[in-house]
Amino acid sequence: MSDATVEMKGAAGKPIRGKLSRDDIIMRGSMLVIGLYLLITMVFPLYAMLSKSFSTYMFDLSAYEVQVSDEGGATFSEPVTFADLNSTLNVVTEGDLNAGSDGRLGVTQFFPDFSFRSPVNYRIRNTSDTGRFLVGSTLNDTTNWVELDSNTFRRVQLRPVESRGLDNFRAYFGTPALSNSIKNSVMIATISTLITVFLAFWFAYALNRSCMRFKGFFRLVAMAPILVPSLLPGIALVYLFGNQGMLKELLFGASIYGPIGIIIGSVFFTFPHAFLIISTALSISDARLYEASVVLRGSPWRTFWTVTIPGARYGLVSAAFVVFNLVITDFGLPKVIGGQFNVLAVDIYKQVIGQQNFEMGAVVSVVLILPAIVAFTIDRFVQSKQVALLSARSVPYAPSPNTKLDWTLFGFSSLIAVFIVGILGVCQFAALVKFWPYDLSFSLNNYQFDRMDGGGWGSYYNSIKLALLTAVIGTAVIFFGAYLVEKSNGFRTGRTIFQMFAMLPMAIPGMVLGLSYIFFFNNPSNPFYFIYGTMAILVVSTVTHFYTVSHLTATTALQQMDREFESVSASLKQPTLKLFSRVTVPVSMPAILDISIYLFVNAMTTVSAVVFLYSPKTSLASIAVLNMDDAGDIAPAAAMGMMIFYTNTAARIFHLIASRGILQRTQAWRSR
Amino acid sequence: MTTFKRAAFIGATLAALMSSAAFAETELTVYTAVEAEDLARYAATFNETHPDITINWVRDSTGVITAKLLAERDNPQADVIWGLAATSLLLLKSEGMLEPYAPAGVEKLDSKFVDGDNPPAWVGMDAWVASVCFNTVEAEKLGLEAPTSWQDLTDEQYRGHVIMPNPASSGTGFLDVSSWLQIFGEDDGWKFMDALHENIARYTHSGSAPCKLAASGEIPIGVSFAFRGAKSKADGAPLEIIVPSEGVGWDMEATAIVAGTAEMEAAQKLVDFTVTKEANEMYNTGYAVVAYPGVAKPVEHFPENLIDAMIENDFEFAANNRAAILSEWSSRYDGKSDPK
Repeated sequence: MSDATVEMKGAAGKPIRGKLSRDDIIMRGSMLVIGLYLLITMVFPLYAMLSKSFSTYMFDLSAYEVQVSDEGGATFSEPVTFADLNSTLNVVTEGDLNAGSDGRLGVTQFFPDFSFRSPVNYRIRNTSDTGRFLVGSTLNDTTNWVELDSNTFRRVQLRPVESRGLDNFRAYFGTPALSNSIKNSVMIATISTLITVFLAFWFAYALNRSCMRFKGFFRLVAMAPILVPSLLPGIALVYLFGNQGMLKELLFGASIYGPIGIIIGSVFFTFPHAFLIISTALSISDARLYEASVVLRGSPWRTFWTVTIPGARYGLVSAAFVVFNLVITDFGLPKVIGGQFNVLAVDIYKQVIGQQNFEMGAVVSVVLILPAIVAFTIDRFVQSKQVALLSARSVPYAPSPNTKLDWTLFGFSSLIAVFIVGILGVCQFAALVKFWPYDLSFSLNNYQFDRMDGGGWGSYYNSIKLALLTAVIGTAVIFFGAYLVEKSNGFRTGRTIFQMFAMLPMAIPGMVLGLSYIFFFNNPSNPFYFIYGTMAILVVSTVTHFYTVSHLTATTALQQMDREFESVSASLKQPTLKLFSRVTVPVSMPAILDISIYLFVNAMTTVSAVVFLYSPKTSLASIAVLNMDDAGDIAPAAAMGMMIFYTNTAARIFHLIASRGILQRTQAWRSR
Repeated sequence: MTTFKRAAFIGATLAALMSSAAFAETELTVYTAVEAEDLARYAATFNETHPDITINWVRDSTGVITAKLLAERDNPQADVIWGLAATSLLLLKSEGMLEPYAPAGVEKLDSKFVDGDNPPAWVGMDAWVASVCFNTVEAEKLGLEAPTSWQDLTDEQYRGHVIMPNPASSGTGFLDVSSWLQIFGEDDGWKFMDALHENIARYTHSGSAPCKLAASGEIPIGVSFAFRGAKSKADGAPLEIIVPSEGVGWDMEATAIVAGTAEMEAAQKLVDFTVTKEANEMYNTGYAVVAYPGVAKPVEHFPENLIDAMIENDFEFAANNRAAILSEWSSRYDGKSDPK
């Protein structure tokens, strides 16, 4: 694999440095390979997208020449360009010359006395090979003269040529229909964040700081939304609050299609993410602080604000930014229930799929990356400020029973559980009903996916294949990459750059990643062109999309291992890779299993990154949900969504059993 | 893809060597926007006479397939396009992406269904026609009268009860808008849409969704196409399919060979088949109007007066003004209507 790299590194080594051992060379070579992987699957595509956003189309009036005949139709005038004609007539302004890739400009406006009945004939040609014009719908891209009568000449349309500039961005911010989405997206994300973090905080509080009953059940329920695509709550909301909804009276005439629907659905699908982070923050606390507060006669309220909240603040901030990022970059939910309420992620889809305007799609992507990156940077910054809450002398906090509080929190948690289970239950019910709302008898008709537009059962099997491949390949690549970053010696710059690359995917919305893959990989001159339209590109995009969280899990696990293992193995003259396979991997097994199930579940549910990349042969279950909903087949969409849910649940259970077995073998050393 | 094809070829060769009775298989990548449930039937009918050609379908909605083809302009993946809107094929033609070919027997088709060039760049199959799906049960609950014309739909009683596809993403939506501009003329067409916009609940991404939503009673009136309405009605939805009196827009599904295909011979065989009487009888199962004169039998639940109501559609106008119409439409109606 790395023979060439080894040679190259060997030649580049400066004489001053200590001699690199064979191990170092292998480690650096491997790091280069994985670094190269991230470069190709992320940095280059993003660059291709950025460059696309500056690619504009202009009508070049000087690229065409015309001749006009006299009334006899045979004697022609000297050739003139449209630019010459326009300089005297001024029929089109500079702004009119900007166009999309499918722009067209009629030519008769340059001839004030044009009449399609006149006997005058016209000749037109391109002055260069790049020029293009249409007669009717026939393309002319040669420099030969084309002679046309008046009646045909009116059907001539000029085509724009490619150039570069900021015009796309100018057009974007000059079109309120487009730029309003920025405001909409930020508003939706902010409100959803506030609600989710508030709910998740109290839910996590109930689970960590009270003596409420059925904690295990609540924890299980809270994690359920992670197992379904984000658009599934949208479908459930249609059944609950749509015009034929079971509970539509509860909305008092407001429409679920729009911000209300997006916010409710967003709270559903982001809840587990916020809950996990806040729960971790709340699970660590020092009982001595609470004792001090009691001794100082602090009221429970005061204790809450001066001890509990400050202790959880990093978790709260982190949860807020994660939720904000998830909501603003989510595409499935607003697509299903957004109605006429435009948001950025859906705009990208509309521009690219609906209007084939790839340039504008790239512009919206650039706009969408900005808030995502800001949220991401602030979060990383805040996290870096975090200091250890738990010192060696800390005493873990143990909640004491408090009937009133416990039951209040139980009631609150039950409401959340009803909300989550209810959404899933409604979807399952809808999937089984024959023809909502006119025929409520049960049938399995909605599971006949092969009769619907969306890829049929094949797409479901494709999804499982994608999820398995992503889990296996992704875990291998990501864990090994994390190992190299954590455990190799020297090569500081290389490691820092690698670490930066590994953090970047978190800030890149899935839609943007998918679109950038089109620009980069769907290009015959790209040596990786062959993966376009295959399962491989779906695996690559999914691994890259979910790289960061897996990478962080792996590094955290690896940091817990003393670097002395490496020193010992080096002094015993054992190759690092042997150490890696014999010690590091078995010891880190829990983390490795966590990464693989994380990748599996996300590969099953992801829509945004793959929606631009699937081909009919590699259609996916999550895409099928989207497309069936799109075509109005809402019940089958719910049915497929629930198939994803059951598959992920099964995978989770399998993961649990497998982990138990594997952990018993590999982790026996942990207990004496 | 090419490696895949090579692998497939090697596989096919091996298979041929192993069993002497095997056919020399040719694989054609065919892009289509035909409804999923019809594809298997189309391929099976074709294979009855051409068992040696395997069709690999690439199916998606009109907009997506068009986008895909345009994106692959410099390195086309498709061999044949079978069943894509003529307006889309005109766009592809204007990019020089279609291989002109006169299929055997093309002269028997209604000339309205064949590209004007000689040899034609594309050949039509069947027409899909706009109409209005009207849910009688929900209408009665809401006290709505059945509309009989496009102008009726602008009446105040229908406020919030009409749904139509977004022309920027749906071929059906675009044929509606382009037909209104042709029926009412440019200025009155936009005036009509301004008024209609007041009554629209929302614009859907797909062209069949409005009728399915009308069928499920979600929105009582869906501007969609007749074929979809007839299917939902056959499924038991309380629908009435209304043909507005001013006339209805239509587009046709058409077939073309993609320029640069490596499988020209097989592609021509397929296109030859698509214009046969047999193929047109096959289209007739779902479409009341087909290219081969005298073939069409009435389709169940199809409104009777539909064919007479089809307007004289100027496809060139629609294709060449598409960008301008869509940008005007978007600036008028897209995003301005945020529900409050």
